[in-house]
Amino acid sequence: MNAHMPYILCLILFCIGIYAVLSKRNIIKIILGVVIAEYAVNLFLILVAYKAGGRAAIFSTTEHIAPQSMVDPLPHALVLTSIVIGLATTAFMIALAIRLYGKYGTFDITRMRELRG
Amino acid sequence: MISESIVPLFVAVPLAGAFLTALLKRVRGIPDILGVMSSFSGFVLSVFFLVRMQAERTVLVLNVGNWGGFQEVMGRIVGIQMVVDGFTIFMLLIVNFVAFLVAVYSVSYMTRYTDKWQFHTLFLLMLAGMNGVLVTGDMFNLFVFVEVASIASYALVGFGTGKRELEASFKYAVMGGVASLLILLGIIFLYSATGTLNMGDMKTVLSEWSVQPALIYLVFGLFLAGFGLKAAIVPFHAWLPDAHPSAPAPISAMLSGVLIKALGVYAIARVFITVFGFPRQVSIILLVLAAISMGVGALVALRQWDMKRLLAYSSISQVGYIMLGFGIGTPLGIMGALFHLFNHSMFKSLLFLDSGAVEYATGTRNMKEMGGLARKMPVTSGSTLAGAMSLAGIPPFAGFWSKLVIIVAAVQAHHMKLAAWAVLMSIVTIAYVLKVTRFAFLGELREKFRDIREVPALMRIPLIILALMCIFGGLLLVPQVRDVLLSPAVRVLAENGGM
Repeated sequence: MNAHMPYILCLILFCIGIYAVLSKRNIIKIILGVVIAEYAVNLFLILVAYKAGGRAAIFSTTEHIAPQSMVDPLPHALVLTSIVIGLATTAFMIALAIRLYGKYGTFDITRMRELRG
Repeated sequence: MISESIVPLFVAVPLAGAFLTALLKRVRGIPDILGVMSSFSGFVLSVFFLVRMQAERTVLVLNVGNWGGFQEVMGRIVGIQMVVDGFTIFMLLIVNFVAFLVAVYSVSYMTRYTDKWQFHTLFLLMLAGMNGVLVTGDMFNLFVFVEVASIASYALVGFGTGKRELEASFKYAVMGGVASLLILLGIIFLYSATGTLNMGDMKTVLSEWSVQPALIYLVFGLFLAGFGLKAAIVPFHAWLPDAHPSAPAPISAMLSGVLIKALGVYAIARVFITVFGFPRQVSIILLVLAAISMGVGALVALRQWDMKRLLAYSSISQVGYIMLGFGIGTPLGIMGALFHLFNHSMFKSLLFLDSGAVEYATGTRNMKEMGGLARKMPVTSGSTLAGAMSLAGIPPFAGFWSKLVIIVAAVQAHHMKLAAWAVLMSIVTIAYVLKVTRFAFLGELREKFRDIREVPALMRIPLIILALMCIFGGLLLVPQVRDVLLSPAVRVLAENGGM
């Protein structure tokens, strides 16, 4: 296994998300695209913290663990925040999708053309 | 010292106002009072910091949660810092001043909508997010506050819940969501490269590298796209002409006047100039994008008949002017950019509020249906004229001076073609501004508008104050005033620019 493999998979996941946002016509699929891209970014944040053979960043009195052998705990804290923000965005977009369906009777973005110019 | 410890109030007061509004929504008048008071206290706080900065001339740094003591142990900054310097105060003053006037205006205007308390809650959340973006000194914290302000603004764009509003809001939410992801990705790359999230630390680490790794260019691209989307620079502008006209008028004023500047322009200036030390490649890209934005925005604005849509395209063009000033990068260019930023906040909020006043009285935004409103609505038409003249750059209105400074800076930096382009586009600006005044306010009054009346006093007062700012804004260049407001902000950016 190549050591870069997780990063490449993460990039592919991000591209799938962006592709869905750009090319899909169904609102729900666009929202899913945003969510997939967001998960890819969160995954990447965790990958940055990863250290081969690293341990949880918890100091203990019974066992001596050198700080150098610990994984970086900061991205783990950041990713929690990022997930919560993602939840808010997703919830808002889904609420919008429901209201849009109520107004237009369709999820097809190409049929929503009130705005132009 | 006492004044550091009250920096978080910029975020805390609007946040508390938002939650109290939601709690006390049933009490009559409380949402209005809380909305106005919270934004007013933000303005008072920024004036307080301005005065204090005059006395001490230092940068205020607050270690949130008292993590400051760990700095010696760890050898680097731990925890979030809040930083207040000249640039921050300048922006805080603009944001909170406009927010206060908009809050006063919306007390009367928002009676057209149901559930006014939701408006005030979202409005204050957006204000909290913007103030947070301005005071924070931490990259990830910046991202969080950008998101707080953005999500509140998505909801506010769709506040009318009509077909158009929902469509614009969805478009804005998807594009804004992708922009946020790009920003976050850039922050992660930077963190993995420098090992810190603090902007000051980041700057130190970056300046110690003799060779810039290729990774940095990727980060430049991500930040330019991400913050460029928030600032609506061409080619990232597609959401703005839909989102700004669809929002209720006070929110259009906030979005165009302040939000694109706090989340977009401020963030670009802060990240590229103070953290990265304004690399040459970025300044060239900024100049090119600025020139395209100026042209596209102004030319498309020319053929709009929806008053708010015209103003929205004009915002794209005017942000181009601001980015041009930053792109030039000389102290004079930066001063022109900041001055134009101030003026644009004033006249564009004014014009959007005026368009709201016209819509309030006549029920239409289509300029073909208007005409002769000047006789019936003297305050609205007078203030529109002041804002329009400032936008068009007619002396002695404020907009003239800031455009002049930017163009002089471009000439001094030997960007002759850009200077000529800026002059040409300001002539196009005059053309579309005349279209607004000619079709909406001059000419014959239509029969069906015979009984319209001027808007209520609470809507008139903000219009008058903003119009006065448009007329006398040029006084910011008077040396005594400039030393207080503009120069400290320019100094923060020019010191780091290295040009």
